[in-house]
Amino acid sequence: MLEIKNLSVTYPNNVKALEDVTVSIPSGKLVGVIGPNGAGKSTLLKGALGMVNRSGSVAFEGEPIEKIQQRIAYVEQKGNLDMDFPITVLQCVLLGTFPKLGWFKRPGKQEKEISMDALKRVGMEEFANRQISELSGGQFQRVLLARTLAQDAVLIFLDEPFVGIDIKSEGIIMDQLFKLRDQGKTILIVHHDLTKVGKYFDGLILLNKRLVASGEVDEVMTHDNLAKVFGEGAFTDIGGN
Amino acid sequence: MFGQFISDLMNYGFLQNALITAIIVGVTCGVIGSFITLKGMSLMGDAISHAVLPGVAISYMLGINFFYGAVVSGLLTALGINYVDQKSRIKSDSAIGIVFSAFFALGVILMGKAQSAIDLTSILFGNILTVSNSDRYITMAVGLLVILVVFLFYKELFITTFDPTMARAYGLPVDKINYGIMILLTLVSVASLQTVGVILVVALLITPASTAYLLTSSLTKMIGISALLGAISATVGLYFSFSYNLPSGAVIVIVAAVMFVMALLFSPKQGLVWQKLNYNNNN
Repeated sequence: MLEIKNLSVTYPNNVKALEDVTVSIPSGKLVGVIGPNGAGKSTLLKGALGMVNRSGSVAFEGEPIEKIQQRIAYVEQKGNLDMDFPITVLQCVLLGTFPKLGWFKRPGKQEKEISMDALKRVGMEEFANRQISELSGGQFQRVLLARTLAQDAVLIFLDEPFVGIDIKSEGIIMDQLFKLRDQGKTILIVHHDLTKVGKYFDGLILLNKRLVASGEVDEVMTHDNLAKVFGEGAFTDIGGN
Repeated sequence: MFGQFISDLMNYGFLQNALITAIIVGVTCGVIGSFITLKGMSLMGDAISHAVLPGVAISYMLGINFFYGAVVSGLLTALGINYVDQKSRIKSDSAIGIVFSAFFALGVILMGKAQSAIDLTSILFGNILTVSNSDRYITMAVGLLVILVVFLFYKELFITTFDPTMARAYGLPVDKINYGIMILLTLVSVASLQTVGVILVVALLITPASTAYLLTSSLTKMIGISALLGAISATVGLYFSFSYNLPSGAVIVIVAAVMFVMALLFSPKQGLVWQKLNYNNNN
């Protein structure tokens, strides 16, 4: 169980990004975080991890979240990463083994095997020695997921993983995420496309600076809730399930 | 001319000091510069190197080695820039500009008041032929420290440079690591004072690293090539400076810039000339 209590985040320019959000996410669930632009979706992830100044408390399995920090994977929007950075696909996945290695120790043979195995699971092993700049958006997103697999994380936060990627990559990523969930990992995904939420997620968190609703997909995707957040115009093609 | 340089090198201790110092400065700047350029902190490097000036002046007034004062004022600048950047709505490039120019201006005034034995020009533009034994030792110590830190913390520097968000999420003290880099940057700036001067240190930090960036796509190779190019710039620059009586800092920077232009045009993967040829062939 990931328990977020009274989480508020105010940025240094005094903009309130998130106010008093209290929500619990059962372990082993794949949960979508949805809401309009500027609703504080990314901020919820960053606030939960203490990466921005926050008030409130966050606990995982009853303990402060800092205790399992090494096993938290956070994949930010891939647009924020420098695709021209001198790094190969394999090196990028190897980063996932750094948390366990701790200070000073270098990744060795074992870490390389873990990373290659992770690359195989997302179908990217042939690209191991390529530069990340040579990848398409979908391929790079798969590499970032492989990095999460290599990290053996128990709590996985993904920020907009499906933006600008191909259908094949999206399918492979969802497959792996379902597997991770079935292994008992807790996964939070910031997502803005409402059409597939019923197919992808076990639960939803609907935000608009405050918590609007949370729970099963059907409970959250009600006409009232969505109208509150997106306005009446948003109903043309929401499939739900 | 070159034979003369070699024989002078054998005979004159000051020239040996100059050469050793120049090579160490070139290597050190090349190594730390690789991280600075990849982090997009080039302007920060420029700022810190300028901002050591008031510290140098105050050290002269107090009669202590300029190293101590310079380090303090470099760090105050880094803190000041961060403070303005985070506590106000000023954008970070403006914050850097405001803080470092104020420090630099203060330094110019204090240098005048200090009436030091070493004149402002040699601090601003470097005068490598006046490097003393003790300066050489300081430079060596800084060089060793930088290389040791980069070796020990390579993994952490790598990940905080490429993906600071992931690093922060799994609990690396990213802010502290960044301050560590700024401390190293300050030390390197001070160590480079006599070789290239405060105004041109930034060139030695950025130019060889950028050249290396164009030539390779692996971080370790980039660091190695950058260090090598830094050392070559410094050595070749010293030769021309000594042989033709030119200001050392300026010549070193020009040598580095010439190598950068060569890489920009002819780098195997990214050279503009090849791109142009390919383009013409395809049309």
